[in-house]
Amino acid sequence: MNMTPEQIAQYKGVFVFAQQVDNEVSGIAYELLGKARELAEPLKTEVTAVLIGSGVKGLADNLAEYGADKVIVVDDPELKEYRTEPYAHALASVINEYKPEIMLVGATAIGRDLGPTVSARVATGLTADCTVLDIGDFPLQPVPGKEDEQLHNQLLMTRPAFGGNTIATIACPYNRPQMATVRPGVMQKIEPKKGAKAEVIEYNPGFTPNNRYVEIKEVVKAVSDVKDIMDAKILVSGGRGVGSPENFKILEELADAIGGQVSCSRAVVDSGWKPKELQVGQTGKTVRPNVYFAIGISGAIQHVAGMEESDIIIAINKDEDAPIFDVADYGIVGDLNKIVPKLTEEVKAALAEK
Amino acid sequence: MDFSLSKEHEMARQLFKDFAETEVKPLAQEIDQEHRFPRETVEKLAKYGFLGIPVPKELGGQGCDVLTYAMCVEELSKVCGTTGVIVSAHTSLCVDPIMTFGTDEQKQKYVVPLAKGEKLGAFGLTEPGAGTDAQGQQTKAVLDGDEWVLNGSKCFITNGKEADIYVIFAVTGKVEKRGKMMKEISAFIVEKGTPGFTFGTKENKMGICGSATYELIFTDCRIPKDNLLGKQGKGFNIAMHTLDGGRIGIAAQALGLASGALETTIEYVKERKQFGRSIGQFQNTQFQLADMATKVEAARLLVYKAARAKDQYQQDGKSAYGVEAAMAKLYAAEVAMEVTTKCVQLHGGYGYIKEYDVERMMRDAKITEIYEGTSEVQRMVISANLLK
Amino acid sequence: MKVVVCIKQVPDTKGGVKFNPDGTLDRGAMLAIMNPDDKAGLEAALRLKDQYGAEVTVVTMGLPKASDVLREALAMGADKAVLVTDRVLGGADTWATSTTLAGALRNLDYDLIITGRQAIDGDTAQVGPQIAEHLGIPVISYAQEIKVNGDKVTVKRQYDDRYHMVEVKMPCLITALSELNDPRYMTPGGIFDACKADITTWGRADLKEVDDGNLGLNGSPTKIAKASDKVRKGAGEKVVPDSPEDAVSYIVGKLKEKHVI
Repeated sequence: MNMTPEQIAQYKGVFVFAQQVDNEVSGIAYELLGKARELAEPLKTEVTAVLIGSGVKGLADNLAEYGADKVIVVDDPELKEYRTEPYAHALASVINEYKPEIMLVGATAIGRDLGPTVSARVATGLTADCTVLDIGDFPLQPVPGKEDEQLHNQLLMTRPAFGGNTIATIACPYNRPQMATVRPGVMQKIEPKKGAKAEVIEYNPGFTPNNRYVEIKEVVKAVSDVKDIMDAKILVSGGRGVGSPENFKILEELADAIGGQVSCSRAVVDSGWKPKELQVGQTGKTVRPNVYFAIGISGAIQHVAGMEESDIIIAINKDEDAPIFDVADYGIVGDLNKIVPKLTEEVKAALAEK
Repeated sequence: MDFSLSKEHEMARQLFKDFAETEVKPLAQEIDQEHRFPRETVEKLAKYGFLGIPVPKELGGQGCDVLTYAMCVEELSKVCGTTGVIVSAHTSLCVDPIMTFGTDEQKQKYVVPLAKGEKLGAFGLTEPGAGTDAQGQQTKAVLDGDEWVLNGSKCFITNGKEADIYVIFAVTGKVEKRGKMMKEISAFIVEKGTPGFTFGTKENKMGICGSATYELIFTDCRIPKDNLLGKQGKGFNIAMHTLDGGRIGIAAQALGLASGALETTIEYVKERKQFGRSIGQFQNTQFQLADMATKVEAARLLVYKAARAKDQYQQDGKSAYGVEAAMAKLYAAEVAMEVTTKCVQLHGGYGYIKEYDVERMMRDAKITEIYEGTSEVQRMVISANLLK
Repeated sequence: MKVVVCIKQVPDTKGGVKFNPDGTLDRGAMLAIMNPDDKAGLEAALRLKDQYGAEVTVVTMGLPKASDVLREALAMGADKAVLVTDRVLGGADTWATSTTLAGALRNLDYDLIITGRQAIDGDTAQVGPQIAEHLGIPVISYAQEIKVNGDKVTVKRQYDDRYHMVEVKMPCLITALSELNDPRYMTPGGIFDACKADITTWGRADLKEVDDGNLGLNGSPTKIAKASDKVRKGAGEKVVPDSPEDAVSYIVGKLKEKHVI
C-alpha cells in the first residue's frame, strides 16, 4: 500500500475540489480555498482549484478572487449534473496527471460521495468531515531513538467521531495525495481580491459511458423558501421545552426582530413540530452563527456537537442543571414563555433607536 | 439449576422492551384517561406475532415457549397494564384452550387466525352469580338438531366486544357425582356476529381502563354443533386448565406493573430534590427500594418457574403447573399492589396526580389480585395441594 | 434477485457515552446495536424480499461478538448471514475495511448491495462508495427511495437542495439513509430461528483477490496521530434573574456589548 519516498516527493501543491451546482460555485469551495491558502504557506506551494462541470470555465475568475493560483478546468457535456462516475473519473484523472500532495473536498452530499470513490481509485487514505487542518509532524512527538523517522510537513486532519464525543487527529503519512473532506461552515473564506486572475489549465481525460454511469431521469429542486440555517448569522433555536409547535411563534418573532432564523433540536423534529432541514446537531446540521440562542434546549451531546462552535451562545432554560449551560456563554435560568416575548420587544426597541 | 436466560430469551426481552417503549408507552396515559381500547396497538402486536407467541408455527404462531410469552406480557405491562392483559386474555384464555382441547378442524379454523392476530380472542366463564364458583353457572346450552342454542349472560369479560372469537362455558345438563347432582358444564367456541350474541354495557373500571370489559348476552344464540370445544361435560376441566395457564399471564402482568413502577420510581428519586438533596439519598428511600427490588426479583423467579413448568407440560402433556401458577400469581399480584402503592408514596403529592405513571400503575395493579382467581382462591389451590 | 446488506455493530450513543478512566471510550459499558443507517438498508432489502421474493444476505466485519447484529438481522427476516472476522483485519481504516468487505463480497452472488450511508461511531460515509469502487460497480449514495424494475433499479438520491431520480442497471451498490424507512421489529419466532441458524464465518483466507498489504492496521493509509475525548468550551456565565424583565435586560446588555444590536 505504501508509496516510496521518491514517489511521495513527486506530489506537490494543495488542490481543492471547487464544487459547483447549476454552474454556480458552492460556498464550500471558497471556504476550502481559504484553508488551502493557509496550508500552502508553510509548504511553500501553490493553491489549485479543480473545477469540474459543463460550461463552467467562466467561474475560474471567481475562484482566483478567493485564492486559487491555478484553476484546472475539466469541461465536458457528460459533467452537466453531478454523477459519481464521470466526476470521479475527472477528479481521479486530474490527481494522477497533476499529483497534488493535498486534495481537499467539501463534506457535502456531493463531496461525501465523490471523495471516497476517488480515494479508493487513486489508492490513498481519506479523512472524513474534518473540522481542523494543520501542517505538522507525524508522529506528533518523535519516537526516542527514531528521531530521523519523524515526517515533517504532513497534513494533520482533525475530526470529531462518536457523535462528537471524541476527537481524533489523523495523518496519511505514506500515501499521496493526503485527502480530506471538510465540513461546510468550518473554514473561513478569505476577503475576495477583486480582479485577481489564476492560470487556467484545461484538461479533459475523455469520457466514455460505461456500466457505472447512472441515468438521471429527473432532477427535482426542493421547493423550499426555508433558507439554509448554515448560512444564518443569528439562529434562534428551540427544543422540546418550547412546548408545542404553535409556541414556536414566539421564537419566530424574536428571529424576525433580530434578523435571524429559527432552527431546532432533534426532539422537535422527532415530534414532527419542525422539518428536518432546521435540525441542528449530529444527525442534523453543523452551524456556527455569530449568535446562537438555545431556547428550551436541554443540550444533549448530539445537539451540542452541531452548535458549540458558534461565536456567542445564549441559553434560556428553566432547568438550572441543563447541560446546555455548560457550553453557553450566557445562561439564563427562567421561563422562556415570559422572557422571549419581552426580549423581542426590547430588541425591536433597541434597533429602532439606532 | 440455571437461572440465566438463553440468547433467545435475552433477544426476545430486548425486542419486547423496544416495542413497549416505542409503540405502547406513548399511548398508555391517553387510553387510560379516555377509557379507549388501543386498536392500533393490537394491529402492531399482530404484525409482529405477539398474539401467537407460544403457538406452533404450523398453527400460524411463533413457535416460542411460554417463558417468552410471559416475558412479553411482563415487558408490555411495565409500561401499560392494559396492553399486557389484552395479550394475556387473548393468548392464555382463548388460544390456549382451543389449541389444547380443539379438534384439528377447530385449530385450523380458529387458532391459525388468532395466532396470526387476524382475530382477537376472549373467554367467558364468569357470571353475575358465578365467579370463582363455576357451579353457579346459569348460562345454558341445549342441543337442537345440528345446533347448540345458548341462553344466558357472562360478565366482566376482558376483550369483550373487541374480540372476534369467544370461548364460552354453559350448562349442558346434570350429572351425579359422589352422590350429588352437579351441573354438567361444557365449553363452546362462539364467533362475534352470531345472531343472538350481543354485548351489554361496558364496565367503568378503577384500572386497566383501556381494556374493554363487557357483559356478553346470549339470546337463543344458535351455534354449529361442531363448535363444542372438547367433550361434552368436560367444560369444568377445560376452564380450570385454562385458568391455570391464564394465571401465568396475569402473574406476568403483575410482575411487569411492579417492575415498571419500581424503574420509574428509581428515576424519580434520583431527580427529585428535597431539603437540598435528591430523595434517593435518604435512607428510608434506599431501604424501601431495596425491599421492593428484592420482592420484584422473587416474583420474577416464581413467574418464570411457572412458565417453565407449563413449557414442560407442553412437551410431555402431563407435568403439573397449577400450583406453580397459583403461587406465581398470588405472590406477583400482592407484590404489584404493595410496590405500586409504595411507589406512589415515594412520589409524594405527584404520585397522586394522573400525569405520573405510578398513579395509573397502582390502579392497574389492584385487579391482578382479583381476576382469574382472587388471591384467596390461589391460597385455596396452594393449600389444597399441601393437604391432599 | 439477490440482495446483500452490509451491516455494522456500533456502540449506542443515544443513552450518552461512557469513558474509561484513561479517557478512551468504554465500549463494553455501552449497548451494542445495529447501526441505524444499516438497519434502514436492511429494511429496504427486506421490502424487496416482501415484494419480489429477493434473497437477503447480511454481511458484517468485526469481532466474533458482531454475530449479534447478524442474528438480529436474521430475526428481522434476512435469509443468510456472513461474519468476516480475523485478527489480521483489526485496526482497519475505511480503505482496509472496504478492501476486506469487497474481498468477501466477491464470493457472493448479488444484484444489489446495500450499505448504510455512515456508521454512528465513525461517521465517515466512505465504506459504501469504496466497496463499489473496488468491485467496479456503480454506486448511488444517500438513497431516499428504492424501486426495482426488471434488471434496473431506480433510486431517489438526496442532495442538499434537491433530489435526482436516477436509474441504473444492476448490479449496483446503494447507500441508505435512516430516513429511508422505519425498520421493522424482529419477531419472537424469528429470534428463535435466528439463534439456531448457521452463521457463515470467513477469515483472511476466504477473502478473494485481496492483497495482504491492504488489510488491517498495516494496510490502512490513514494513521491516528492523536485521539482524545473532546475538550469542550467551558461554561460561561449563568444567571438566575429575579424577573423576566431582569433576564431581558441582561440579554439585551450582552447583545449590545457584543455589537449584535
